[in-house]
Amino acid sequence: MSALLSVTDAHVAYGKVEAVRSVSLEVGANQIVTIVGANGAGKTTLLSAIMGILPLKGRVAFAGQNLARLDIEDRVAMGLGLVPEHRELFVTMNVEDNLQLGAFRIERNKAKASMERVYTLFPRLKERRKQLAGTLSGGEQQMLAMGRALMGEPKLLMLDEPSLGLAPIIVADIFRIVTELRASGVSVLLVEQNAQAALKIADQAYVMELGEFVLSGKASDIAANERVAASYLGFQHEGANAI
Amino acid sequence: MNTTIMLFLLQDGITNGAIYALLGLALVLVFAVTRVILIPQGEFVTYGALTYASLAAGQMPGTAKLALALGIGAFAFDLFVARKALHGRLVVRSLITNVVLPAIVLALTIYFAAQKPPVAVCIALSLVIVAMIGLYLYRIAFQPLAHTSVLVLLIASVGVHLALQGLGLLFFGAEGQRGPAVLSGAFTAGALRFTGQSITVYAITIAFIVGLWLFFGLTLYGKALRATAVNRLGARLAGIRTTLSGQIAFLLASVIGALSGIMIVPITTLYYDSGFLIGLKGFVAAIIGGLVSYPLTAVAALVVGIVEAFSSFYASNYKEVIVFMLLIPVLLLRSLAAPAVEEEKD
Repeated sequence: MSALLSVTDAHVAYGKVEAVRSVSLEVGANQIVTIVGANGAGKTTLLSAIMGILPLKGRVAFAGQNLARLDIEDRVAMGLGLVPEHRELFVTMNVEDNLQLGAFRIERNKAKASMERVYTLFPRLKERRKQLAGTLSGGEQQMLAMGRALMGEPKLLMLDEPSLGLAPIIVADIFRIVTELRASGVSVLLVEQNAQAALKIADQAYVMELGEFVLSGKASDIAANERVAASYLGFQHEGANAI
Repeated sequence: MNTTIMLFLLQDGITNGAIYALLGLALVLVFAVTRVILIPQGEFVTYGALTYASLAAGQMPGTAKLALALGIGAFAFDLFVARKALHGRLVVRSLITNVVLPAIVLALTIYFAAQKPPVAVCIALSLVIVAMIGLYLYRIAFQPLAHTSVLVLLIASVGVHLALQGLGLLFFGAEGQRGPAVLSGAFTAGALRFTGQSITVYAITIAFIVGLWLFFGLTLYGKALRATAVNRLGARLAGIRTTLSGQIAFLLASVIGALSGIMIVPITTLYYDSGFLIGLKGFVAAIIGGLVSYPLTAVAALVVGIVEAFSSFYASNYKEVIVFMLLIPVLLLRSLAAPAVEEEKD
């Protein structure tokens, strides 16, 4: 069967510097796939290029369709969602407006139901729905960014470092929600520095180093790999213990 | 100075200030959404005013033809961009909005111009014509540059301003024109005499500001526009097209410009190049508002109008100088208050 997202031989460059080299990747339906790797390995660059924010050389297909000529907005409309590292919220607008805009491309009556679903996933957002996004705590902002992306009813949600800078208890919450998403039929491509936590919930995993994938396979196998354990898992006590 | 003169000047200043407020708000809106500093705003004012005045005098305004020409240009741009993946629906939609619509308006204009139409028809036609010009200008001059720097956009903006001003001379000649009052009649309250026209200015300004406030606060498209202004990438990730926001912003700005022109032209004679100075005063207000704050811009516009009224009474030769000098202390204060210059993102 064909994968939901398939990236073949992708190169992404900033000017002459190639930040991502010859990367291929697949995400199937109802899968959590994670890309782990150190800071600066090119993970964020890769996600941005898949979303269409950066130009990509190579082939990216989503739901069987080549994305080459499509803008960010078209990719969103096709069901590809990205929660970027910096969240990019509408900070001077309230939580409800942020969510409502996430459903900009969705029919009005469907959007209502979407909002209820998001509020069930993130009850905190419902409590704060009249509060300005900029005044939320870091964890709440991450929830709002995920909620906004979910309002667009994505088939595949790409999460860029969702645990960055958050308290362990909130990280655990977010990882729990990611698994709930898979159960409700949303595939997830998860980029994480918190490798241990990410590998625990993922089905497939890729290890990225200096712009290339150096290892890939089932998440459980990767987690058991000695080299990965030595490079990435040793430092991740805090987040991992909370799960 | 006696109180009566002071009240007169205040009244005059507030009337002008109300118009500068509308123009300033439009400038802030366009800049926030598209990063374009809209120098041609003044041309929207003159085009609106002179189209209205020409129609009321039974003359055919050239702007209606310009709208069609620009529309055809915009259609060609749409076709060119989509050349690799042309599909029927897109072509038909672009053809209707860019060619059929201005053609119909042109036909209506020719029909009505021959028979000195009533004021309401003149206003409606002028607004639609200038609105279309604004929309197509965005498509032709700014949309292809949307990803470039503020400086490039500013240069394009100056170019558009010069082109439109030249075309204005071609369409309307070097002679000034005046239009009929929207609302004639007057009444006095104490020492002050309120003309129907000044009441119209107040009413339309207030109605427009309230309307904009409701639009931005309550409607999905208004919120989408704000979202683009707050975070362009975030808006795109939510599926809001930057071009759609840009179109709405330009549409609003051109309608606001044209409406301001129609409100001024019964009071003052306008020439093909008068709009620039009027637009600049809106710009002064927008700068005082830091190109971000709507309420500050509106208040600053009233101050600009009042300062202008008083300086034209006391030192009429220097009235422009005095108005533009308002900028200097504001810029000084702002540069001192701003901790660091933030580099342009995205």
